[in-house]
Amino acid sequence: MSTAGLQVQLRQRAPIPLEAELACAPGELLALVGPSGSGKSTLLRCIAGLHSAAEGSIKCNGETWFDAAAAVNHPVQARCIGFVFQSYALFPHLTALENVAAALGGLTFAERTARARELLARVHLDGLESRKPSALSGGQQQRVAVARALARDPAVLLLDEPFSAVDQVTRRKLQQELARLRADLNIPMLLVTHDLDEARMLADRMVILHRGRTLQAGAPDEVMTRPQSAACARLVGLMNLFEGTLVQDSGNLKLEWLGHRLEVSNIAGSAGDRVCWVIPPEGVLLHRRERPSRGEAENPVAGSVQDCLRLGPFTQIRLVPDGGSEPLAFSVPTHVAERNGIAPGAVARVSLLAESIHLMPWESPDDPRLRSA
Amino acid sequence: MDWSAWTLSLKLAAATTLVLLPLAVLIARPLLTMRASGRLVAEGLIALPLVLPPTVLGFYLLVAFGQQSALGQLYHGLTGRSLVFSFDGLLAASLVFNLPFAVQPVQRALEAIPREVREAAWCCGMTRWQTLWKVELPLAWPGLLTAIVLTFAHTLGEFGVVLMIGGNIPDETRTVSIAIYDHVQAFEDRAAGILSAVLVAFSFASIVLIQFLTHRIGKKEQ
Repeated sequence: MSTAGLQVQLRQRAPIPLEAELACAPGELLALVGPSGSGKSTLLRCIAGLHSAAEGSIKCNGETWFDAAAAVNHPVQARCIGFVFQSYALFPHLTALENVAAALGGLTFAERTARARELLARVHLDGLESRKPSALSGGQQQRVAVARALARDPAVLLLDEPFSAVDQVTRRKLQQELARLRADLNIPMLLVTHDLDEARMLADRMVILHRGRTLQAGAPDEVMTRPQSAACARLVGLMNLFEGTLVQDSGNLKLEWLGHRLEVSNIAGSAGDRVCWVIPPEGVLLHRRERPSRGEAENPVAGSVQDCLRLGPFTQIRLVPDGGSEPLAFSVPTHVAERNGIAPGAVARVSLLAESIHLMPWESPDDPRLRSA
Repeated sequence: MDWSAWTLSLKLAAATTLVLLPLAVLIARPLLTMRASGRLVAEGLIALPLVLPPTVLGFYLLVAFGQQSALGQLYHGLTGRSLVFSFDGLLAASLVFNLPFAVQPVQRALEAIPREVREAAWCCGMTRWQTLWKVELPLAWPGLLTAIVLTFAHTLGEFGVVLMIGGNIPDETRTVSIAIYDHVQAFEDRAAGILSAVLVAFSFASIVLIQFLTHRIGKKEQ
């Protein structure tokens, strides 16, 4: 295994249980995603040295920062990290320039000032160097925090929900700035967030954390469309999570669900296996009322519309399949919904694309460990 | 006016404040991270002078500082001077009975600094001392100021402990409050009245100053 980048393995029982394992390569942005209380921030604090786990190790570029077994535990100051706190934690008595310069110990005053000016210019704050944090907007404060975190030329950049304290418009802007900034940074970057869209937009890979356990790591699209388990599927907020059984049907393995025998492109296992499965809303196609539609023969399912919710140009439909109780959720353009007479109580038919059905090992939905927060 | 008593009182107040302030920071800072049980005991001990009768505190200090005590003998061996009925002893006693007045405001001010600000300083590579010096103390300065004014004013006014430990020796231990007591005993009401009035005015001014500064700082920081 390569020693470049960050390798983390941590376990503890209290105060927050952790059983985490992750790696982040130089230049990679890894998002830690999970509900509140899942241990995301604790994990970040462990890497920074602000908290020590009971067991495990943290290595950065081949250097051991923490190793419980060998009693190695470098203090925060010796770890060379850049940390952007959720509250930014700027020094309120210092100006923007002094805040950044505070992280530049070891240089002369002139060098510090010049470097701090450069960093502030890099986050587009030139001209605001002499303002105190209280005279800066939320977005500007966040930029000072980022500049300060980069000041030490850190070996790792840690971002703890850095966009949660600003309004939507500023958030988009800051996210774009981070996306641009990271192109020049050849260090591992960890972003803690509970916003899946943010993770999808900014991260190269994401790690799903639940109750301190790293459940799945992978590219955001991979994790969000092909979760490893039903628990992951719930945590990334996937709708259309169902249970079924594998059956042999004229020589092919199929998925039996509510009396339907569904074709699945990517199927493995043996007849009789119970499974959980998901289908993204994009994999559910509404049949036209009068005319034949594309893929009509593919896994057709009939049901009645439970409710339809108009969300701007799209209408979200929940269809309860015949013989079932849990609805299938999908979206169609609003004009399509209107033309096909979609209304609560109406009968409709859909196709479940074989390509989109994703199977996972069976887990009881009643298992309290799996319920998302 | 009893100038020698005033000089002595001001000298004692200034010396107490000067020595006690850094001491208060050194005591208050570890309290922040101390475990709850230890912290409870420590805070109780620090607050004790607030509720103990001055005579009780004075009695124990007298025992602790006396010529027979280890502390008294050590001090005598080192300096050739005595810790009781002397200015040195008065200063030592003053440090003890002012402890809550100096430690508590500093502790409150340090507690008011968000944990993350302190952690951000460490993440910037600052050592704990640098963090204290460059971040915590500048942010805690309203508390430091309150500690200075309270300690100074309280030292000027203390009577019981001063009498127990210092007695009434002109130029050595006869502070303003002792002088007032002396004047009353000698039926010199006018002299006692003047000293008392000045002390009242000074104490009132101190309180107003503290309130003014805390309000102004509170407003500025928001």
